[in-house]
Amino acid sequence: MAIVVVERKKLSFWERTYLPQIAGGLWITLKNLFRKKVTLEYPEQRPALPARYRGAPTLVKDPDGREKCVSCQLCEFVCPPKAIRVSPGAIAEGSPYSHIEKAPAKFEINMARCIFCGLCQEACPESAIVLQKEFSVNGFDRKSFIRGKADLYEKGGVLPDNVMKWRKASLNAEKSKGGR
Amino acid sequence: MNSFEIFLAAQTSGAAGWIAERASLSGVDGAGAAALYLALKIVFGVAAIGVVMCFAALSVVVERKVAGFIQGRFGPNSTYIPYLMLVPVVGKTLRRLGLMQLVADGLKFLFKEEPLPGHVNKFWYTLAPIISLSPVLICACVVPFGVFEHGGKATALAAANFDLSLLFITVLGSLGVYGAVLAGWSSNSKFSYLGGIRAGAQMISYELVMALSLAPVLMWIAPRVSSPFNLFEIGMSQSGMWNIFAQPLSALLFLLALFAETNRQPFDMAESETDLVSGFHTEYGSFKFGLFFVGEYGHMVVGSSVFICVFLGAWSPLPGLSWPLEWGAWCGVLSFLTFILKILAMIFFFVWVRWTLPRFRYDHVMNLSWGKLLPLALANFAAYMVLACFIK
Repeated sequence: MAIVVVERKKLSFWERTYLPQIAGGLWITLKNLFRKKVTLEYPEQRPALPARYRGAPTLVKDPDGREKCVSCQLCEFVCPPKAIRVSPGAIAEGSPYSHIEKAPAKFEINMARCIFCGLCQEACPESAIVLQKEFSVNGFDRKSFIRGKADLYEKGGVLPDNVMKWRKASLNAEKSKGGR
Repeated sequence: MNSFEIFLAAQTSGAAGWIAERASLSGVDGAGAAALYLALKIVFGVAAIGVVMCFAALSVVVERKVAGFIQGRFGPNSTYIPYLMLVPVVGKTLRRLGLMQLVADGLKFLFKEEPLPGHVNKFWYTLAPIISLSPVLICACVVPFGVFEHGGKATALAAANFDLSLLFITVLGSLGVYGAVLAGWSSNSKFSYLGGIRAGAQMISYELVMALSLAPVLMWIAPRVSSPFNLFEIGMSQSGMWNIFAQPLSALLFLLALFAETNRQPFDMAESETDLVSGFHTEYGSFKFGLFFVGEYGHMVVGSSVFICVFLGAWSPLPGLSWPLEWGAWCGVLSFLTFILKILAMIFFFVWVRWTLPRFRYDHVMNLSWGKLLPLALANFAAYMVLACFIK
């Protein structure tokens, strides 16, 4: 391949003084001075989060108010920083959902360990654990970062899906009579 | 006639003289008037220092604000004093302007632990920041901040107004570099040392250019004023036309030298953080660093006021205009405000340039000085010498 000698452009006198370039640069920065600011003033202004934002994990209930978690402990197993601790417990005899066999007696997420990866949500066969939009988790001591079951349900709320796979036929009939 | 009265007769000048004269007219005896005169001189000196220090502090805020604005940010806008926030509009405005940040920063410097590294030369290490700041403060006393009428004569609103004040201010202003050199040497650190050397070399190179760029101006105004080395006289001579229009090249050279002398970007070789960590004040912290910091900005303020006095028409609001002396005290106030406004504009310019131009390489800076600016300044000087022969 032949070597091509690139002709350097001959600089004019003014270009060599560098002064017009300085003036040009000053003009650009002056324009920037009056540009709209890009800063988001955080505590007062909140960022617009995308629909599938991965914030803090929470536990959710189904529209019937049943806790969706069946205490399979897959999330505990998959959690990379071992932030989740599930203690399975039995469901009370009289409950219409007693055939599910297990529900978490204790469900703790240590938010000081959680890395917001969302693997728990992916692993969950029941869509019981959902990463929601809370991104600022604060506390004054380590204990305050451990979220118990009640706390997690309160933050989670209800997941509006209507897959009622654990609802018994009799209960279904009753519900549909009730207008659902 | 006692010695005080002789002193009084010989020395009364400026605003202090004016007040002392009024006092002696209204029955205060000679010695009392002289004492009043001396006390007022000290008060005015402190006031001048106060003005420069205020502007040094203000320029820090301007720097941070303008830096933010140029980069699409807001700059400091969150610091506030709780009780001040109770004042309806003022508190919020001060907060948004970042003026309270200034207080916070100052207090931080003041209350931080005062570290003294074990490997430094303690005497010179402690002295260096003081040497860096004090020349600036002394220079502040010479700057004529305004003009007012006294005994039918235009009088400088300066703590000290004397012939050769321009020479005094340039000489003393360049003494500040001793602070940088001593800091660099006494810190016993390679980065500081290199920074100190660079500061010294740069100062020597650009001092020549600065002096040579002033010389043509002095020749230019010499036929019109009684003492061309007096900053005040130089300022007064520009009521018709500003020197920047008569001598654009000198003004440009002086401005470049000023940037180099005040260690401002793009000439801040002495503390170029990309290669020297923080240059000559690498080993400094807390209040000692604060002194360097204030000294640098104070130098900027004093340098700007020299540039304004010599080239930018001093107290005249627009080229060809000047506040009429017949307005008495109002003339003083208006000229002072004009001067202050010009200093602010200069500070803005300094900051604006800083956030526009990248830093030069050290050898480029030296080459620019000795290879380009110095010959140019000499040619400019020679040209005006020839021109002066014809004009006369």
